[in-house]
Amino acid sequence: MTGFELDPTVALLMGLTVFLLAVFLGLEVIAKVPPTLHTPLMSGSNAISGITIVGALVAAKLSTPDVANILGLIAVVLATINVVGGYLVTDRMMAMFKKKQAAAKGAKEASHG
Amino acid sequence: MDNITHIITYLGYLVATVMFIVGLKLQQRVPTARRGNHLSALGMLLAVILALLDLGTFNPLYIIIGVVIGSAIGAIAAYKAKMTDMPQMVALFNGLGGGASMLVALSLFHMEVLPKSQTMIAAIGADSAITTVLSIIIGAVTLTGSIVAFLKLQEWISGRPILIPGRHIINLVLAIAALVLGTWSLFADPSQVAIILWVFAAIALILGALLVIPIGGADMPVVISLLNSYSGLAAAMTGFVLKNNLLIVVGSLVGASGIILTRIMSKAMNRSLANVLFGGFGATDQTAGAGGEYSGVKSASIEESALILESASSVIFVPGYGLAVAQAQHAVKELAELLIKRGVSVKYAIHPVAGRMPGHMNVLLAESNVPYEQLYEMDAINHEFKATDVAVVIGANDVVNPAATHDRGSPIYGMPILNVHEARSVIIIKRSLGAGFAGIRNELFEYPNAVMMFADARKGLAGLTEELKQM
Repeated sequence: MTGFELDPTVALLMGLTVFLLAVFLGLEVIAKVPPTLHTPLMSGSNAISGITIVGALVAAKLSTPDVANILGLIAVVLATINVVGGYLVTDRMMAMFKKKQAAAKGAKEASHG
Repeated sequence: MDNITHIITYLGYLVATVMFIVGLKLQQRVPTARRGNHLSALGMLLAVILALLDLGTFNPLYIIIGVVIGSAIGAIAAYKAKMTDMPQMVALFNGLGGGASMLVALSLFHMEVLPKSQTMIAAIGADSAITTVLSIIIGAVTLTGSIVAFLKLQEWISGRPILIPGRHIINLVLAIAALVLGTWSLFADPSQVAIILWVFAAIALILGALLVIPIGGADMPVVISLLNSYSGLAAAMTGFVLKNNLLIVVGSLVGASGIILTRIMSKAMNRSLANVLFGGFGATDQTAGAGGEYSGVKSASIEESALILESASSVIFVPGYGLAVAQAQHAVKELAELLIKRGVSVKYAIHPVAGRMPGHMNVLLAESNVPYEQLYEMDAINHEFKATDVAVVIGANDVVNPAATHDRGSPIYGMPILNVHEARSVIIIKRSLGAGFAGIRNELFEYPNAVMMFADARKGLAGLTEELKQM
């Protein structure tokens, strides 16, 4: 996919290294998210898992009506729903927190004044 | 293909990866969370553009059709979903992501392996072959498991655990069959490998559904978190197949986030993950709904409850899923605002499993514009009940049951609870003495400082507001 012809063993070992390091990075970053944000976080990280769309594009690239490309087409549909729906719904949730913060500020100022 | 293009694409993927990581990091704080999500979405857009550039010669027809259909469905679903329905929306989207990973693996198999008339290992190498198989099984289990979770949460099928006789044996047989077929597919004769792999995929799909069917609605938060983790792992496996680091990194980030949330949820329910998955908790239907017999329960009318609130100077609201079901978020906020106007200190105590996924209650209260400064997590507020005049429990049950702290025989013994019984008075707004998800009686109802206000959450809260206004 990236086009560099690495020795397959080297490629696999590199992949494993990256995989493990990313798991630890993920644990570190996510552990610090406060419970208030857990639902949007889950929804947001769920949208991110739609990254498989990159693979779906490869699978659907030829548009010939054979098994491989039709599977690819369905994969593109599913992954796009995951990505678009996931990000939009996350944004809707986070917008509420934002709005509320502004409202709270407004209320505070009002009570002081 | 010239190397420069590849290097540029590779570096571009690296930029996208960083955008995802920084995006997640920004989601650690409320004020920056939304920006973090936008950054993450931009990273996704960049990744898609780079992937298209990297395709070389391609015919965009299917890709365009797929993206248009997918965007339309995704956007409509995202805007139509109610906030109470968030858990099942996340479950559904998540399942589709897993399904996509499975289909990508099957498609690449048809594209790369079959034309070569070789065994899978000979055609694409052992690493790609193994990760293809893993990508199929993880993706398939995520897809059907999430669909069952969606159906349960949407209440299109019963939220109660459905126990098939001999399910452990059936699951074990299917798992062994999957293991055998998955391994066999790596070495199988080219004439048979396609059938083996498709049967393998079919078994994985059945397995995913069967694994989630016996799990009760109360445990869905754990299941959704776990499936979220799976969909990330499936994407990471696709990354190994494609030898694409972007997918590996991003997939494992999601995998890790799902694992953490699963752990948080299991801990909050005082259950091991194994117990959630195989225990069939709450499955004993004879106790469910019965709630046991109560003696000495005091009930209070709306007027009497309003009088209790009238003399209070500090109030803590304890919302549970019953509040969301009754759509009472706005009603509780109105009552809270009235109390604040009267100089009462008002806080909300949020149990980690309030709602149907981690942090769900916070979103529901946010929707009704409750300032998040008033929301307190369990550990932050538990010591405050002692000095509080009135705790108002709305549609919560098991998470306020003191039996969890001292009754070793109770199924919820050891589960962290909100110590509402330590408040001077407790008003429990509930339709009846019926049991909660755990299907057990709640001794709080008999406490001398507790009164039951039998009412629908929304009507009850609105009634309290009306009464208080007249006082």
